[in-house]
Amino acid sequence: MKQFLLRRLLLLVPTLLGAVSLVFVLIHLIPGDPVEVMLGETATAADKEALRQSLGFDRPLATQYRSFLINLAAGDLGRSLYEPATVVQIIRARLPATLQLAFCAMIAAILISFPLGTMAAIRRGSWIDRSALTFSLLGLSLPNFWLGPLLMIVFSIHLGWTPVSGRGGLSHLILPAFTLGLGMAAILVRILRASLLQVIDQDYVQTARAKGLQESRVWLKHVLRNAMLSVITIMSLQFGGLLAGSLITETIFSWPGIGRLTVQAIQTRDYPLVQGCVLVIATSYVLVNFITDLLYKLVDPRISYGD
Amino acid sequence: MATKVWFYAGVALLILLAASSLLAPLLAPHDPLHQSLDKDLLGYSSDHPLGTDKLGRDILSRTIYGGRISLLTGIATVLISLAIGVAAGSLSGYLGGWLDLLLMRLVDILMAFPGILLAIALTAVLGPGLNHVILALCLIGWTGYARLVRGEILSLREREFVQAARGLGAAPRRIIFLHLIPNLLPPLLIQATFGLAAAIVAEGSLSFLGLGVEPPTPSWGSMLNDGRQFLLVAPHLTTYPGLALMFTVLALNIVGDTLQERLQTRIR
Repeated sequence: MKQFLLRRLLLLVPTLLGAVSLVFVLIHLIPGDPVEVMLGETATAADKEALRQSLGFDRPLATQYRSFLINLAAGDLGRSLYEPATVVQIIRARLPATLQLAFCAMIAAILISFPLGTMAAIRRGSWIDRSALTFSLLGLSLPNFWLGPLLMIVFSIHLGWTPVSGRGGLSHLILPAFTLGLGMAAILVRILRASLLQVIDQDYVQTARAKGLQESRVWLKHVLRNAMLSVITIMSLQFGGLLAGSLITETIFSWPGIGRLTVQAIQTRDYPLVQGCVLVIATSYVLVNFITDLLYKLVDPRISYGD
Repeated sequence: MATKVWFYAGVALLILLAASSLLAPLLAPHDPLHQSLDKDLLGYSSDHPLGTDKLGRDILSRTIYGGRISLLTGIATVLISLAIGVAAGSLSGYLGGWLDLLLMRLVDILMAFPGILLAIALTAVLGPGLNHVILALCLIGWTGYARLVRGEILSLREREFVQAARGLGAAPRRIIFLHLIPNLLPPLLIQATFGLAAAIVAEGSLSFLGLGVEPPTPSWGSMLNDGRQFLLVAPHLTTYPGLALMFTVLALNIVGDTLQERLQTRIR
């Protein structure tokens, strides 16, 4: 296990460094003078020079990169161009909202997919199975930037059951969590159904049945438990995807999280803030994938990844 | 049987979309850019079968022309990504060594980002526009094809027919193009189908955020974004571009799923 951990850590370092470098390069890809793009053509020469110096654009690229890495290691992502706060402070204030939404989306996905996927596997070939697969196909084909407004029209505007947007109590969470979680639910239904059908034919399941175990016990103790491995992996991997998906969902529902913050920063051309947001989401995504690999190894020690 | 029906329905829908995009100037009842401010937010009428938007532009015409942008972005992204991915994956898998290490680390780094996040970040710095959208989507898109091709080539390169070609003195380029790539076509076709769906959704997402095609060019994503402000008074503004987008992606997913099932059955 120690060797496995070390190997994965060694693989994590270049990936993280690569992701960080890519984020650093982003700001330098702005066509023309980045400072002019950020401040606009009407800014005075003195203002432009001050920003150029504060962002370090007056120094060679290698020096800028070194400073970027040193500052990053110290937890410094620079200052926002328009808000009187550091990028880290702004992101820290918004992150809980995104995590809350992502967790609720995950719970929504589980609540939908587990009963549906399990019933589809138990009644393979029946109308339940076909409905589950149709749901999965529809869920994968419905882009969240249409699903969100659609849900809003029906449940907020016509029925008045939920608030239109914003963050508040549980009722504010229902529509954004469902919008964000539907794609994940669609994937989970497929994975869970396929995993259950694979386990169902195994010898140990037949043995459990042959020794007279109740069918419910066979499913709970032998089938579901063994089918969970791939489901847990997909869930962890999808959780990283939920953070990225929050950009659209949070924008639709005016949810004050890091996704909406990123879009707002893009609209106001606050590039240090954009850089910080992208870095935080990408790093979280890489770390969630890394933890998933470790969990996978803990749950199933047979996994080797070549070590 | 049911799968077959769905498959043909999916293919028919895609042909319909392609035909309507190609024949947009003939099919669209109005110029999609023509504004009539006195006819804003109209409901259904014989002149405007799907109504008009806030600037009095015909929604049916804009939805038909929007399909052009989606298809154009999707096909361009898939073709460019395929070309880069197949070239990189073939070289990486066949030649191995430092090139393989370098290319696969690059793939790892790009795949470490959630795809849509990188596309949003790139178009945010490059600025909106169709070329930038395609560029951003290709930068992420090629990695999946490269990994697929590399994996397949690693398993194929030691097979008898490849060894025989090598024994007969065939050059690596000839082996890759004549012996290896033809064997990769079925999995590549499946990945390209799902890739096309993903690219169309990604273009929609970027346009929805105002980072895709520039106004007034119609795109399903930007139409959804425009319509979002009028949900209360004119929900039809979001209904039709949304439906068009959903049915296109649904058709591609059905075709991709069916092709995948057939390939798996053939392998078994």
